[in-house]
Amino acid sequence: MAWEVGSGLTISAILLVVIVTAAMLIWVERRLLGFWQDRLGPNRVGPFGLLQVVADMIKIFTKEDWIPPFADRFSFVLAPAIIMIVILMSFSVIPFAPGLGVVDSNVGVLFVLAMASLGAYSVMLGGLASDNKYALLGSLRAAAQMVSYEVFMGVSILGVVALAGSFNLREIVIAQEDGWYVIPQFIGFVIFLIAGIAESHRLPFDIPEAEQEICAGYHTEYSGMKFGMFFVGEYLGLVLISSLITVLFFGGWNGPEFLPPIVWFSAKAFFFIAFFILLRAAIPRPRYDQLMSYGWLFLLPLSLINLLVTGAVILLEN
Amino acid sequence: MLAAEQSKEDTGRVVYSGPANAAVEFLKKEFVGDLLAEQANCDRIPTLWFDRAKVKAVLNCLRENSFAGSRFEMLFDLTAIDERARVHRDGQPSSEFTVMYHLMSFSGNCDIRVKVPLFDADLVLPTVSDLWSNANWYEREVWDMFGIRFDGHPNLYRLVLPPTWEGHALRKEHPARATEMEPFSLNDVQTDAEQEALKFKPEEWGMQKKSEDSEFMFLNLGPNHPSVHGAFRIAVQLDGEILVDAVPDIGYHHRGAEKMGERQSWHTFIPYTDRIDYLGGVMNNLPYVMAVEKMAGIQVPERVKVIRVMLSEMFRICSHLLFYGTFAQDVGQLSPIFYMFVERERIFNIIESICGARMHPGWFRIGGVAQDLPAGWEKRIRELLDFMPARLDEYDSMVLNNGILKRRTQGIGSYTTEEAFDWGITGAGLRATGYEWDYRKQRPYSGYENFEFDIPIAENGDCYDRCAVRVEEMRQSLRIIKQCVDNMPAGDYKSSHPLTTPPRKEKSMKDIETLINHFLSVSWGPVIPPTEVSMAIEATKGINGYYLVSDGNTTSYRTRIRTPSFAHLQMIPAISRGFMVSDLIAIIASIDFVMADVDR
Repeated sequence: MAWEVGSGLTISAILLVVIVTAAMLIWVERRLLGFWQDRLGPNRVGPFGLLQVVADMIKIFTKEDWIPPFADRFSFVLAPAIIMIVILMSFSVIPFAPGLGVVDSNVGVLFVLAMASLGAYSVMLGGLASDNKYALLGSLRAAAQMVSYEVFMGVSILGVVALAGSFNLREIVIAQEDGWYVIPQFIGFVIFLIAGIAESHRLPFDIPEAEQEICAGYHTEYSGMKFGMFFVGEYLGLVLISSLITVLFFGGWNGPEFLPPIVWFSAKAFFFIAFFILLRAAIPRPRYDQLMSYGWLFLLPLSLINLLVTGAVILLEN
Repeated sequence: MLAAEQSKEDTGRVVYSGPANAAVEFLKKEFVGDLLAEQANCDRIPTLWFDRAKVKAVLNCLRENSFAGSRFEMLFDLTAIDERARVHRDGQPSSEFTVMYHLMSFSGNCDIRVKVPLFDADLVLPTVSDLWSNANWYEREVWDMFGIRFDGHPNLYRLVLPPTWEGHALRKEHPARATEMEPFSLNDVQTDAEQEALKFKPEEWGMQKKSEDSEFMFLNLGPNHPSVHGAFRIAVQLDGEILVDAVPDIGYHHRGAEKMGERQSWHTFIPYTDRIDYLGGVMNNLPYVMAVEKMAGIQVPERVKVIRVMLSEMFRICSHLLFYGTFAQDVGQLSPIFYMFVERERIFNIIESICGARMHPGWFRIGGVAQDLPAGWEKRIRELLDFMPARLDEYDSMVLNNGILKRRTQGIGSYTTEEAFDWGITGAGLRATGYEWDYRKQRPYSGYENFEFDIPIAENGDCYDRCAVRVEEMRQSLRIIKQCVDNMPAGDYKSSHPLTTPPRKEKSMKDIETLINHFLSVSWGPVIPPTEVSMAIEATKGINGYYLVSDGNTTSYRTRIRTPSFAHLQMIPAISRGFMVSDLIAIIASIDFVMADVDR
């Protein structure tokens, strides 16, 4: 066993770290929100409330795992598993540091996009299987939102792919040793960031689960660990999007020598996680149709123009 | 100033003020021989009795015509009185039930009441829901509470009490306490009947199951839903996410406050008023104690007036802050509410240090307030006055100037001034349509005429404007509080009038007469002379009015609480049709209601 891409040790370490990070984000988010909102946040369980996650997990595991009698049992159970699985699968192509990763796929970018598309099934099935009107509205909104924003998400990173000349995420990072793609691809970065929030349906784009409007949207009927999987799945999504931004636009593990590459990667990813949490604290939620028209009428043309200009520049340089 | 007010009271309204006088003269000419009586009350609002055959024509006449250049735009209140146990009815036509219409003229700044005598054997009169849209719920409430039917009403079902309720709660024979009734039991047959009554049948709510080209989805929003602000239910008819109709269902918060008013003594009802608009705190006491004071003929000292104004304005800020925060939260902004609770907490600390309680101090008394201000009371208020304006500016940049919030709320749920009158909308909801009318300015009470403040208005009457008006009102309230602190008059915190409750004690231990008087006032409470009075104020949510009938007793004969939220909720369907579910939430948030204020 050795620390190399794809070794069993690496895979288990990555899996563990990613899940623990996602779970810890529950605490991080609540503490950060508390900090920004002039209040304390969870600070009772353990030092600084760090064991809050443990308490939450105990609670969520011991709660009654209830399946409503009117729900479609099979898809009701399947839905939360899908979101966990597809997001964890996406992590397999993320290059965390030189020699640290699960696979070096030549189609890494495409793989991530494919998994994101599959993730939409989770919320759609969850809502439909619940046989609840709020859940139905939630999954309708989710379907529309995720399918639309996938389009801009894909188009927005094509610029990066064109610059790096590869779909391999590791090669994209290596290609940024001389300069991060956030500078030539700033528009692509902004669009990817917005689409990323929409994909992970967090405030301000938490329209599928808008609490004030449709209770909890697609997971209204979920409780216990199945709800927990949606919940942790959302945080996993947050870590994934932050990691992808780091990899695609901010040079991945690249950074001055005095810190090891994995620390650079983690620091950058955490910066974006914190940024997403700050967004949640700051911005109200647009209406569903406003989000749609914003996406199709503004983001799509913008990302296409970005791609065209990038292509033209590359052609001219060659 | 006291002298000035007194002379106005003495001379001003013996003849009714301008337009009301013209209206009375006009009606007397138009309906010669139909006028059953003209009742004199201490509030000097013209009160005319007509037979039920004529009442609709009379009301229509009042609605359609303009008198001395102004119209009676609003059906301010519609309620009934069970007269069967009433003793003092000098000069009134005999009746077992009386239905009372209270019309209000905003342009002419006057009121008029029309009363109709009815007998138990035949409790029917024509509906006016075709004249005023807001009459719909008021008539349903009268049916619910008194069993008086309105001919031609579109859906005369119970409004506040459950459909399976037996009897009519505000009739005198209906018990006021559960202990006066049989012990509650629910057998299987009754359970089934109750369950059946709970079933949702769209037809009963006036909604179709499907149209020609689509089948509708019915979404049950509430009675427990994160953004209905209490126990409130809306049956929403959806075509996709577009609202076809939204029918509000109220009554989940009904506690029988009006019935309690007939049970409690004049004095002991005061704490119940706090819980009507439970965000308005002592401001709820104000119309009630002022109404009782008017009937008793009590003039309160200047210091009392200023203390009352100061505390009322603090509660206005508290209520508006909560509105502001939840408004932002309902359109998805998480943080503002937490910031706003900081100020709210500060104000509650001040209120606590003055009154001893925070949300419901019940601190105003008939003829004064409970205690004098504590030593050093102004220090914390001055700190608040220094601290708050900058914070309000900060909130503007966070909430009102936010682009997403603007797009979510501008042009949503808008109505015109005319529609507002038609639905009985008062307060910020009316001012947001661009109509400058504030009770504190137009009919100053408790010394508001001595304060400098502006009436903020907006233009479009949409969700955003309703919020913007309230935000500006907070700044004006701060101005008023500052003037209170700067100019707090010295003097007593209680009137020396004998009906002041609890009475002053200086002389009670000196001679037996005053001791007996004191004892009776404290144990039974004051006996208020028989008369009727309406008293309203500019409350946090709109015009809150008390209509009290005294039968010369230690309790009220009829306590009618006219709350703004009741009228405002009724308008939800009219302003939300065609919008989306998210917009409905924004509309609900912008109305600023409290369910206790709706159901009472």
